[in-house]
Amino acid sequence: MRAADALMESLKHEGVDHIFGIPGGANLPTYDALVDADLRHVQVMHEQAGGHAAEGYAHASGKVGVAFGTSGPGATNLVTAIADAMMDSVPTVFITGQVRTELIGTDGFQEADIVGVTLPIVKHSLLCTEADHIPQYIHEAFHIASTGRPGPVLVDVPTDLSKEEIEYSPPTGPVELPGYRPNLEGNSKQIRIAAKAVANARRPIVYSGGGVVNANASEELREFVTCDNFPITSTLMGLGAFPADHPQWLGMLGMHGTRTANYGMDEADLIIAIGARFDDRITGKLSEFAPNAKFIHIDIDPAEISKNVPAHIPIVGDAKRVLPKLTREYRSLQTDTARLEGWWSRIKAWQDEYPLTYEPGTEGEIKPQFMVEMMHKVTGGDAIITSDVGQHQMWAAQYYGFNKPRRWINSGGLGTMGFGLPSAIGAKVACPDEEVVCLAGDGSLIMNIQELATAVNQDVPVKIFLQNNGYMGMVRQWQELFWDERYSGVENGPSPDWVKLAEAFGAKGLRCDDSADLEEMMEATIAHDGPALLDVRTSPRENCYPMIPAGNAARDMVG
Amino acid sequence: MGAADMVRLEDLHVSRTLSGRKHVLSILVENRPGVLARVSGLFSRRGFNIDTLAVGPTEDPAISRITLTLDGAVHPIDQVTKQLHKLINVLKIRDMEPDDSVAREMALFKVSAAVENRAEIVQFAEIFRAKIVDVSRRALIVEVTGSHDKIEAFESMLRPHGLLEMVRTGEVALARGGD
Repeated sequence: MRAADALMESLKHEGVDHIFGIPGGANLPTYDALVDADLRHVQVMHEQAGGHAAEGYAHASGKVGVAFGTSGPGATNLVTAIADAMMDSVPTVFITGQVRTELIGTDGFQEADIVGVTLPIVKHSLLCTEADHIPQYIHEAFHIASTGRPGPVLVDVPTDLSKEEIEYSPPTGPVELPGYRPNLEGNSKQIRIAAKAVANARRPIVYSGGGVVNANASEELREFVTCDNFPITSTLMGLGAFPADHPQWLGMLGMHGTRTANYGMDEADLIIAIGARFDDRITGKLSEFAPNAKFIHIDIDPAEISKNVPAHIPIVGDAKRVLPKLTREYRSLQTDTARLEGWWSRIKAWQDEYPLTYEPGTEGEIKPQFMVEMMHKVTGGDAIITSDVGQHQMWAAQYYGFNKPRRWINSGGLGTMGFGLPSAIGAKVACPDEEVVCLAGDGSLIMNIQELATAVNQDVPVKIFLQNNGYMGMVRQWQELFWDERYSGVENGPSPDWVKLAEAFGAKGLRCDDSADLEEMMEATIAHDGPALLDVRTSPRENCYPMIPAGNAARDMVG
Repeated sequence: MGAADMVRLEDLHVSRTLSGRKHVLSILVENRPGVLARVSGLFSRRGFNIDTLAVGPTEDPAISRITLTLDGAVHPIDQVTKQLHKLINVLKIRDMEPDDSVAREMALFKVSAAVENRAEIVQFAEIFRAKIVDVSRRALIVEVTGSHDKIEAFESMLRPHGLLEMVRTGEVALARGGD
């Protein structure tokens, strides 16, 4: 069979149903094979957005997201999405066309060394040099992308190879790679030591991250956290893995986390880190991070352990397998829940003194925090929320209250503005029966607004709640607080008219500038049968608090 | 509290991250295009500084060996090896302990050798078991093999005579014993 057709067969063998992409000269054979393949191709407007859509699809479904791009600019447009998937460990496979084999290295038309360009930002990459490699590399790519610590894998396919005739039979067993064997189980002895350390801790805190979501280990996390009265906080990427309405939940930690969570880390004697990587947005000033704590660090990626913060009890393994063992070991010990009472009274005092709060708006003013609370109300707290990057992202993380995993899709590590709309499209394609809402910022949304055409053309009825403050809000906030109010490049100006823009794309456009109307307008947006954008005019100069100024310690939170 | 007493938080310690000495890492990789770029790219993006690097075939044509040296006083070797292990094409990494391995380097020195100096250079070469591999009217090329320290010592002996050019391979190493 033709290698391009074998590529489609291998994708189907991997369980692929949907592909996001754009054709071009060098992937013509792939697109030709797509005609007869029983796969849904979502034709996007820009390759970057195709990549983010594949990420949104992966985040929402837990399956591998797939994006196609042609050679040269098609491939380089994917770079931001690839870097994003790397930073947030999103299982994705990017398949690019490449110029004909004989042209590689000659600066041929639309040639770019995409394998070279993306080397530092992929989990792995494969350049096909023989037609027989194509299906084999696809199987390897899916195996690598979806196992261990997930991540992006790039497969670069020269156009001439795609046209060759090859033999293809689907693999009968799992892919074997001699240099790749993720350690899943966790060392039993270390797990036993960890359980005993937890049993002796008087001020323990669980710090969970996106790894728990990736491992589909929310149930196992809840079992562990509730096997005693352990307080739990989580990173931006880990929200939803533990229900926000649970009494043991302290809120998010880090730069815009709750005071309770950050003070809890500051005073803890034992931190149990699970699928989290001690990013600078969590630790703040590293030398003053959690000065009283010993660390248990559970992660599937051994390189994360002791990378930033040395671990006293390292456990390499999959959270889904390690956590039940830890819970079992802990239960087998004679422990005394009463030892945590003093700790909880300290925590409750912080919760009482420092709840997440904001000044109510003046008559009619729409506070951004109020907008997120209203969004929760209108969606029953149960929508898939995607976001762009900036203040609105932090307010969503603070105020939406995610109770389930895979409901919160955002760009945490790379912080990619323009992520929200395309990832919402990907999430909606993956979960057509779920309400998918993109909470956007006006600075971010414009960066991939062309995808409104995708939503309309491909009939993907996502809703955009635009938090429009007229600024690059987070940058403006930093200029106000840390750069003597010397505002530079942060005013977005009167253009565009978002309602007309939505209408020009064939979507519904609505505007709201009075808090009294917000609920009704949001309901109308949700009720619309098709893609819709609600332009909400929020307080222009609201700042996002509380905040650990960059490079400071948790106890130095402001606001 | 019974068995739980066996692990007290105050008894938990972390291991030191910087060894303070030079390390020779012997890395077996799949012999595929771009593998060296992956390894060297990893070092540059993580800010690890390679002192020497040598790449060559092994007894298995499908596998190449990369031998590199780096300073354990500056870099946490544990973190370096864990990052290297994440590369799919990296098969095995061995941190060669000085007592359990043999490490050698080769160097070529082109020395300016006027007639009156030649005897002394040849004498040095004999002491260091080096070989004169090229002779011309004005210069000699000397080949020497040995430990890193031996080559440093030989270089310092030759330098006063006028070192015109030199090239060093970087260390290669094998573990002692039969495994």
